[in-house]
Amino acid sequence: MTRVALVGIGSTQFRPETPQKNFKELMYEAASRAYIDAGIEPRKELDCVITASEDLWEGLAIFDEYVPDQLGGVLKPVFTVGGDGLHGIIHAYMLIKTGYFDLVAVEAHSKVSEIETLQKIYHFALDPIYLRPVVDNPYALAALEMMNMMRLLDITFDMLDMTIMKNHLNALEWGSPYARIYDYDNLESSEYVAQPLREVDIAPHVDGATVAVLASEEKAKELTDEPIWIEGVGWATQGGRVERTLHNFPLALNTAGNMAYDMAGIENPLADLDFAEVDDRFSFRELVSLAMLRLDGGDLMEMVVNGVYTLDGDFPVNTGGGFIGNGYPLEAGGMMKLLHAVKQLRGEAGFNQLDDPEKALVAIRREVPSNSYAVLILGR
Amino acid sequence: MRMNIHLKNRVACVGAGMTLFRRRLYETPDELMWLAAKKALDDAGLTIRDIDCIVYGTAPDNFDGIHMQSEALADGGGALNKPYTRVYVGGGTGVFSAIAGWWHVASGLCRRVLVIAEEKMSHVQPHPQYVFHHIFDPVTEKPLGVNLIWIFALEMHRYMYKYNIKKEDIALVSVKNKRNALDHPAAQLGMKITVEDVLNSEVLVWPVQRLDISPISDGAVALVFTDEENAKQLTDEPIWIDGVGWSLDTMYWTNRDLAFPTYLYYAGKMAYKMAGIHNPRKEIDFAEVYDPFDYKELHHMEGLQLAKKGEAPILTREGVTERDGDLPINPSGGLLGVGNPIAAAGLMKVAEVYWQLKGEAGKRQVKKDVVTGLAQAWGDLMQVGTVIIMRR
Repeated sequence: MTRVALVGIGSTQFRPETPQKNFKELMYEAASRAYIDAGIEPRKELDCVITASEDLWEGLAIFDEYVPDQLGGVLKPVFTVGGDGLHGIIHAYMLIKTGYFDLVAVEAHSKVSEIETLQKIYHFALDPIYLRPVVDNPYALAALEMMNMMRLLDITFDMLDMTIMKNHLNALEWGSPYARIYDYDNLESSEYVAQPLREVDIAPHVDGATVAVLASEEKAKELTDEPIWIEGVGWATQGGRVERTLHNFPLALNTAGNMAYDMAGIENPLADLDFAEVDDRFSFRELVSLAMLRLDGGDLMEMVVNGVYTLDGDFPVNTGGGFIGNGYPLEAGGMMKLLHAVKQLRGEAGFNQLDDPEKALVAIRREVPSNSYAVLILGR
Repeated sequence: MRMNIHLKNRVACVGAGMTLFRRRLYETPDELMWLAAKKALDDAGLTIRDIDCIVYGTAPDNFDGIHMQSEALADGGGALNKPYTRVYVGGGTGVFSAIAGWWHVASGLCRRVLVIAEEKMSHVQPHPQYVFHHIFDPVTEKPLGVNLIWIFALEMHRYMYKYNIKKEDIALVSVKNKRNALDHPAAQLGMKITVEDVLNSEVLVWPVQRLDISPISDGAVALVFTDEENAKQLTDEPIWIDGVGWSLDTMYWTNRDLAFPTYLYYAGKMAYKMAGIHNPRKEIDFAEVYDPFDYKELHHMEGLQLAKKGEAPILTREGVTERDGDLPINPSGGLLGVGNPIAAAGLMKVAEVYWQLKGEAGKRQVKKDVVTGLAQAWGDLMQVGTVIIMRR
């Protein structure tokens, strides 16, 4: 059965506001870059186009109407996934695996700066009977989760501070609008949004779009000498009621991770992988993800304190600076992580470049309040 | 797309279930999903523990009044620590969720997949058309105060004008489908009407009248797909999914000729190629085509090459599309008769093909012996066609 490769990726810059472009133009820019990167003629060669999006982020019902024109997908198989960009990548992977599709493009974007009532939309995602009347701001749910996770995994504020500082430092190379050099005093003075969640623990929102092009083995070899292989995929949902799950470990991430590890033949993730890009929508999520994906080596605190996850460490995590450093582009979140991982594997990460990495893990959790996870294993 | 000569995983449908389709059901969306899923699982002889992956389909988010709807409804689909995903292409989502189920199995990643489509439109007050107001372009179309019936009236008019079709011929579709639905145990609007009743019903937007149009409904449908090995263990008569196809046209619908559904022609071509069908009119034994409006059944038959351009009304008049005809169309009663909970209605069509091929359609069973069936849905801004072909 054919292997699946990533042959092209293109992205806009991630910025807090993009007043000069509407969402279609953002998508077009990212798509053009990805198609040039892959060296394809989209109108002739693409077999399928996938976007990842939710109607309420866009302010348009049935959003998939609005996608074919700017992505070169008119009169082609095009559809939309109600999930993160990585879920789109997983669908593309499956489509190519069926043997009927050779070249599939996946798009995800954020135009969050145009959402006037962002907090109300978050609020609208809560259960209308049990949660909406009592939870005014979904960050409160994240705070509850943070409290539980800090207790369950023995996470301290020092560990979170080190994670935040690391991600900001890593993001400097990407020209992120948010990246800065923090010290402990800055972090200490950060205000609580909902105790124990501080402002610095939360990734700010950004606009941006990313497009990836996936190909079958045959096609990939035609297009490039150095494809990035997708060696394993995994995805899972913990169940629908976020209020019932935030007091316990996110087992679904473990399920998704194990699915991807099995597929890629990875038994000891810390040894077999070279680096990871994991979800850090909130600072504690990075540490929780590492624990659930068996990347904590049995002692999370020791790993963090010894700097194992920094760029110079044995197992760098969020080498691109993650969401904490670059901002969180809604459903394009997973795609941003994928972009950072691909740049590393291709040796294009500039100052952040690791020494000849071969295998990487990308993992994402969708925005609060959700329980859906997706994991990819990439290899050179 | 290319032909796959290395096909490893043939996909079978081994179970189907649906809830009643009604204007207002008291169950919550999660409960509707689970009711349908339970029936499908029972039909297949499986439990939710046996299911590897779950695919969920629903059209716009806004009907349930909740953001990230698929996350909120995960419990209803049994997605507790399991791979679960939602795909959508507007009104075409019903058949499309079945297509997504197909690739979950065909890729070799999953062995047993539960496909659920659910829609609860009755939540929306005062009327679901208010949600559809937000599907239009906010700059060029929304200020005109358009709604879906307007644009379909434009399309119907164009279709009638181009092929010189009379309203009496189009009304025959409504008469046939509502009569067929009398035999469907879950149907919402089965009734015995005449062409005169249709022509005398209230005009909504000329030429669309009350009885030309499908109702607002709540409901859910579920199917179970498995790979070849599991299918042969579970049943002696699996129904195989031999072809899928879908295609999305430009969103600038004002720039297209509305008389012919080009997107559906492409979608059909893709599915026929996969299933090895060269002459659809001869090789397709019966079809469940999408009929939210009566003219759409005719329009879609032509797009699927089941009739030549402008020929579908003639076939209908001659009784070819009746249940005992040569090419039965919508033996279930379709959306006009059974009801139209958008995504669920599309999946209901796939379920009907399954039941007909299995010979389990009861009073709805078509007269001739059927081997190959087709289900199709349509959606977005008259933009997407989704097609699935199943064989015995």
